[in-house]
Amino acid sequence: MSRFAMIGRRLAQAIPSIIGIIVVTFLLTRALPGDPAVYFAGPAADEKSIAEIRAALGLDKSLFEQFWLYLGDLARGDLGVSISTGRPVLEELATRLPASLELTLVALIFAIGTALPLGILAATRPNSWVDHLCRVVVTAGVSLPVFFTGLFFVYTFYFLLDVVPSPLGRLDIFYIAPDHMTGFYLIDSLIVGDLDTFGASFAQIVLPAITMGVFVLAPLARMTRASMLQALGSDYIRTAQASGLSRSKVLFSYAFRNALLPILTTLGMVFSFMLGANVLVEKVFAWPGIGSYAVNALVVSDFAAVQGFVLSMAILFVLVNLAIDVLYTIVDPRVGIEG
Amino acid sequence: MAVAEHPDSAGESAAAAWWRHFRYVVSENPVTLFAFILFAMFVVMAVFGPWIVPYDPLASDTANALQPPTWAHWFGTDNLGRDVFSRVVVATRLDFLIAFSAVALSFVIGSVLGCLSGYYGGWTDRVVGRSIDTIMAFPLFVLAMGIVAALGNTVENIVYATAIINLPFYTRVARAEVNVRRNAGFVDAAKLAGNSDTRLLVFHLYPNILPPMMVQISLNLGWAILNAAGLSFIGLGVRPPAPEWGIMVAEGATFIVSGEWWLALFPGAALMLAVFCFNLLGDGLRDLIDPQRRT
Repeated sequence: MSRFAMIGRRLAQAIPSIIGIIVVTFLLTRALPGDPAVYFAGPAADEKSIAEIRAALGLDKSLFEQFWLYLGDLARGDLGVSISTGRPVLEELATRLPASLELTLVALIFAIGTALPLGILAATRPNSWVDHLCRVVVTAGVSLPVFFTGLFFVYTFYFLLDVVPSPLGRLDIFYIAPDHMTGFYLIDSLIVGDLDTFGASFAQIVLPAITMGVFVLAPLARMTRASMLQALGSDYIRTAQASGLSRSKVLFSYAFRNALLPILTTLGMVFSFMLGANVLVEKVFAWPGIGSYAVNALVVSDFAAVQGFVLSMAILFVLVNLAIDVLYTIVDPRVGIEG
Repeated sequence: MAVAEHPDSAGESAAAAWWRHFRYVVSENPVTLFAFILFAMFVVMAVFGPWIVPYDPLASDTANALQPPTWAHWFGTDNLGRDVFSRVVVATRLDFLIAFSAVALSFVIGSVLGCLSGYYGGWTDRVVGRSIDTIMAFPLFVLAMGIVAALGNTVENIVYATAIINLPFYTRVARAEVNVRRNAGFVDAAKLAGNSDTRLLVFHLYPNILPPMMVQISLNLGWAILNAAGLSFIGLGVRPPAPEWGIMVAEGATFIVSGEWWLALFPGAALMLAVFCFNLLGDGLRDLIDPQRRT
């Protein structure tokens, strides 16, 4: 089977997941407590106006009809209107998404940049201090509640050492947000060449990103170490070494390239963790992303907002998994030869 | 080990043999012993917590608010003058109750679903498999948030949400383990002896899949505690003033920036220690009940 056919089949496999996600999010919101019609109508409303609003929202129809309407809304990109802010949910999510993505990506870069060297060093020097360090990081990393590490960092680096600005949002109030291009402050400020703003937003993102990075470091480092050990112990490495190839060539071209595949698979799980951790980290650092939006919506039972959040996170997760699998077929040269 | 255990174990009772094996595993790996001691300590705190603490966890004493740790108040006092140490100890029960009931629930439902789909295959397998895949298609913490929001903001619903997001792991383990044994010789023999499908599943297949399920449980408990605490940290489930680690960290968070670290540090450390304990225990339990190691 050709590589394109493989990718096509993988794309088709994502469809049932997406259908499942839509059904589940629909069912979840229908079970939300409170009557949205009463909420919309306000405290002064009588029976008649509540019934009118209920009809306007489509809440008087059968569950099946409501689901049909919901599908139609989704197809038009209409996620409903947030009860608490009165703005369309899609618009709010779209304005807040770059903040969350920026945080997640910086955290991911930090985690990969730390976990891969750590895992490789630990695998090449078993029982050395690097190996022990790796073991400690792996064991401690999975036990640390992400909101707790965040607070601990705030206390140490903000209160005691005073090396970072106050942990409130993406930018100190003395700075003006850079013009909206990508929505990533780090990139936008560089594009316009405003190094001051770049520095300020970098100072703000360091702590939350490291907090989140530490959380996902453990599975990545463990997988890197394990798969590097396995790769280094295999026959083709012995052959490569016997052929007199240089150490770095053996390590990176042969061992690491093969070890990369299981690491890529772990990335899917890592993303599931990160999207969840996002919510907690954003709350700790008052980060204006979609996670803190969802937390605020949850508190006031804002059903459209919660539904939109869960739906968009799930779709994002499906897309990430899809991208990882496609990347996998590209990285692995054996795919497309065997079939 | 093989020499020591086999020939003379015929004479001793099963309990004595188990105890000997337990001592062996623990002496081989002191970390496991540490985990068991830690676990015992948490159990004591959960069971006897309210009777052993020096102060009432809910009694406020505004004259003594926000005091740093002293001999009278080991972990200091919070913004209402409540003793943080007493609150941390008493909170153990609620946290463990949530985690244990959630894991028990997903263990029971997961093993039933997994056994059925592994044993019968076909449509049962497809329906169960699809539902599990749908759960796994969500980022799990986000799904738990959605479920708690939908069902209502109560402690029971935290338990249900945690159980649902843990369900896939148990179902998959049970399904895989039953599937590989479905056509084993002892199953055929039991079938020929006239056992019904139910009897076969319950008495012949199920005991065999228990060891891998037990390991899954202990690895899962730590994660369940983390999830439940995370949910209450963002304001779902447990309501103040009830002592619970997640909500105590959330309440202490506002005081971190002004330097009152003890409010959030101690409940957070207790939470961390509990998760750490379950993770170590999982590894230890694997050594203890892994049949391969026993021979």
